[in-house]
Amino acid sequence: MSEINLSDFLAEAEELLERLNHGLLELDRAIKSNSRQNPSVVNDIFRAAHSLKGICGMFGFGEVGEIAHKMEDILDRLRLGKLKLTAKTLDALFEVTEELRAVISHKAQGGQVTAQVIEELKQKLAGVDEVKQEPKEDDWLKQSGLSGEILQVLTEYEEHRLIENLKEKMGIYQVSTTFSLTEFDKELTVLQARLKEIGELITTLPSADASPDDAITFFLLLGSEHSEQAVAEGLKDYSVAVTTVKPGKAGGRAGAPAPARARPEPEPQAKKRDEPEAEAGKDESESAREEVGTVRSLSRTVRVDIGKLDDLMNIVGELVLSKNVIAQLIDKLRNQLGFSEMAIDLYKANRTLERKLQELQEGVLEVRMVPIGQIYDKLRRNVRKLSRETGKQVEFIAEGGDTELDKLIIEDLADPLMHIIRNSIDHGIEPASQRTKAGKPEQGQIRLRSFQRGNHVVIEISDDGAGLDFARIRSKAVERGLFAAGEELKQEDLVQVIFLPGFSTADKVTDISGRGVGLDVVKNNISALSGAIDVESVLGQGAKVIITLPITLAIIQALVVEAGSETFAIPLNSVSSGLSIKPGEIKTIEGREVIEQRERTLPLVRLDKFFRLKPRAGVSEEDLYVVTVGIAERRLGIVVDRLLGRQDIVIKSIGHVLNGLKGIAGATELGDQRTILVLDVFGLIEEASSTIASGRLNVGAINVS
Amino acid sequence: MNKECYHILIAEDSAITRAFLVGLLEEVAENFNIIEAASGFEALKQLPREKFDLIITDINMPDINGLELINFVKTNPEYAHIPLIVVTTEGSARDREKGMALGASEYMVKPIDPGAFRGSVVKYLGLNGKRPENSRGDKT
Repeated sequence: MSEINLSDFLAEAEELLERLNHGLLELDRAIKSNSRQNPSVVNDIFRAAHSLKGICGMFGFGEVGEIAHKMEDILDRLRLGKLKLTAKTLDALFEVTEELRAVISHKAQGGQVTAQVIEELKQKLAGVDEVKQEPKEDDWLKQSGLSGEILQVLTEYEEHRLIENLKEKMGIYQVSTTFSLTEFDKELTVLQARLKEIGELITTLPSADASPDDAITFFLLLGSEHSEQAVAEGLKDYSVAVTTVKPGKAGGRAGAPAPARARPEPEPQAKKRDEPEAEAGKDESESAREEVGTVRSLSRTVRVDIGKLDDLMNIVGELVLSKNVIAQLIDKLRNQLGFSEMAIDLYKANRTLERKLQELQEGVLEVRMVPIGQIYDKLRRNVRKLSRETGKQVEFIAEGGDTELDKLIIEDLADPLMHIIRNSIDHGIEPASQRTKAGKPEQGQIRLRSFQRGNHVVIEISDDGAGLDFARIRSKAVERGLFAAGEELKQEDLVQVIFLPGFSTADKVTDISGRGVGLDVVKNNISALSGAIDVESVLGQGAKVIITLPITLAIIQALVVEAGSETFAIPLNSVSSGLSIKPGEIKTIEGREVIEQRERTLPLVRLDKFFRLKPRAGVSEEDLYVVTVGIAERRLGIVVDRLLGRQDIVIKSIGHVLNGLKGIAGATELGDQRTILVLDVFGLIEEASSTIASGRLNVGAINVS
Repeated sequence: MNKECYHILIAEDSAITRAFLVGLLEEVAENFNIIEAASGFEALKQLPREKFDLIITDINMPDINGLELINFVKTNPEYAHIPLIVVTTEGSARDREKGMALGASEYMVKPIDPGAFRGSVVKYLGLNGKRPENSRGDKT
């Protein structure tokens, strides 16, 4: 037992729950579109529940295993055709899968799970036991035309699939093939995939009797609507022999299955790529899953604890710092000794080191990148649940699942995204009657779209609901004393209000949102990831939340600047330019300092004043530098005393010490062992540009020295 | 005399279950060479590479099923003598019947009793319930 550690167990349990959920979603789609259920999906989730039961039992999670057992039972009967899949059954399975996840993680953290909880879960599954009439299967098997040798190795499930194929008057074919002992697994996997395109692969039987030395013969059992001739034609690129065990109706379809055809009958759902629910990320994970299912043993991937990657990243980070130190020493050496041969060699050696280090860094970063589609399923599941709870029909469209982000960012993203979606469903999407009145389709729509823009990733969550009610937000804000009643306000100002702690326009607190734990938390989470959040909204037409995130947080390039008595690092990915100005160029408009830049007004913030720093001795008031940061409409000029140059930095969290200090993302070490603060550019932009934040709520001025 | 080393093949697609079985096996004796196969195909590939003394297999595997593996082993003169224990979460009575008919030595349904499992391993390896290094077993 000691061999298995908890994290292995959790990883496998998580994978299985994910598989269950994935399969259930697929069945859900089949039910909704009234298409046939894919037997291999039912079988796959049965296997997942079955394995889950097994590992729970081994890990002393017996009572959790009992639930998995109950699910397995239901799924077993589903796959054996003894139970009909209804929406009700599916709901129960969804719900229990979800709660199992919670129960397992609770137990894993040392929590207790009461017998009552287990009993409740069992009750949820208890209602779905209406058994369909048990078919008389043995007669079918006798008529199947299969030899006893093959019949004796079919599992109960495979027998059932064989019978189903016979009932549907599919042709049953035996495909024999012989491969070398060393290569058969790869070739067989390819053949199996091809057979699944032509029909349903019922079993793959290795035959000891028929196998020559150093080779192995397989009999593959195929159920297909095609005729023997057509099947043989479809397999002409493979060295196989096809014999008919039992012909299908009227001899089967004569036309050969086209080589590149999408799956025919037995798996109709799989090819429904163009239905509204389909989306890129999903497709990817689907094909990935198929691969796992068939070539699992050939899988060339490893599963690594993210902690190990963090350790690696830290080491790389420290190497980067050491490299910075060496570079500085070389500079010094060159200044002292001039361009001696030694100094030049050293410089060259360091360049090579730098390049290799860069590659190492990119390699480690790449390993940490995962497609955001990983959390789409989780979100989809939640939409489904919320849609049920609120009684609002919601279609969830997720696009751009292959957009990659650092694993840690993805982890921290799921909750904020869920929160936003929850808000959309609760406040955004109107009840069906209201939607009909407004001339909208009854079913609401939430669209999640991720894409890369430069070295940022943008995630948009839009809905076609009522949009933000700015009049209402305004009156609530006035009620809370944030604005004077008659004050002229821009939409941006009002948008900022909804991100304030404790702000809610909901009159009644529902189970879903409106409990005051609101968008401020979302905003803090996004800020902690050095990201920005924005809202666009049109009353009556819907709202769009836009999140902009850096691709990685681990190692970034930064511009090192001096302001007052301090040195700061500004992440380079948000810097658009740096310029030198004279104090005379600064104008004051509406009490704010600005400069004109390419016919646009750029608001300024003086870093020394913002952080109330002591002035730096010996700095001429005549030379100032402005670092332009931000994107599109949200731009800001940061006024500093000196630019010190760019450097790779590793951002370290500064924990609670400076918590609540707006405008600071963390700290970093410079090559000379000095610790400096890293600016949170988006935070700074907000603090500096929002009238609410800088004036009325009076945050902003903090002393860091 | 007992052999110096016993070769045991585990065919099981769950990594956790494999680790669990390996743990139990290692409690029985130290001189086990345990080969883990994560699929039926892998098990088929491993078979000719070693003179196995015991095979432990699951029933539900993604490529070939356990019954097919049993059949393959038991109908091949090279391997037919190897005792074979089925360890499965699959409680299907029909599958069990078939597995035993095909020549499995034992059919255990998970959650398995560790004691019973160890006992079976000892029995089929001919270890006579003693740790092999101390025993004068009757296996050649």
